[in-house]
Amino acid sequence: MKIIEIMNWLDAKCLTGQESLNSEVNTAFGCDLMSDVLAFINEKTLLLTGLTNPQVIRTAEMIDINAIVFVRGKKPNKAVVDLANKNNMILLCTNHTLYTACGILYMKGLKGIFNKEENESYGQ
Amino acid sequence: MDNEQGKNSIKLEYEIIKDDFSRAGEASSNIKKILRQLGIDSKTIKKVAIVTYEAEMNIVIHSDGGKITVFISPHDIQIIAKDRGPGIKSIDRAMEEGFSTASNKVRELGFGAGMGLPNMKRYSDEFDLQSKSGEFTVLEIKIYI
Repeated sequence: MKIIEIMNWLDAKCLTGQESLNSEVNTAFGCDLMSDVLAFINEKTLLLTGLTNPQVIRTAEMIDINAIVFVRGKKPNKAVVDLANKNNMILLCTNHTLYTACGILYMKGLKGIFNKEENESYGQ
Repeated sequence: MDNEQGKNSIKLEYEIIKDDFSRAGEASSNIKKILRQLGIDSKTIKKVAIVTYEAEMNIVIHSDGGKITVFISPHDIQIIAKDRGPGIKSIDRAMEEGFSTASNKVRELGFGAGMGLPNMKRYSDEFDLQSKSGEFTVLEIKIYI
């Protein structure tokens, strides 16, 4: 699914990465726990979160996530946006809650990642 | 686990400062960039990135400060995270998924889910954790290339 489609469906604004809005993600993961993000994500994934601190960008950087949606109308500060920009990431923000934002994308066909039990090979 | 600091290895070392949340992750970010420049394959880089980042966050969150040292050799990448501080009272408990002693402040940042050490072990080929209560914690990890 293209990021530009995600942006439209979520009525989201783009904070950085406008030039890459035609790139795609295969799955999505909604979470406010960065350790869970590190534990579970293993492919081209969209991260939806209500956290806006620099650790979100650092966490995403570690596992090559390049698109993040901030939910509940939250906006990161300039330093966070700059850090994302430096790492060529796309940041979107939407007023929808995490549940609603995930629900909209799921209905449009963007599925979640495999869970631990389903995906024996994750981490490999 | 032996410290292989042979002629063919590259050594990287970073000071990690207690409670420095604004810079937390910089060391891991640098390590990742260097591994990419060296042409290490992306799966290995991802494992090293996750391990070093979790270790770096642990030092920032739980210790009085420490160091992360990385030895890159042709066959493996060795990561040593060593800190001064309270140490770990029970390593067995610390290795349980979901067990955490992190403060509310740390949880608000998205950490303290009790997944750090189990994650690091999962992504490691060799894993050794030692600690002395009130003194230090040393984590030694190897990831094969």
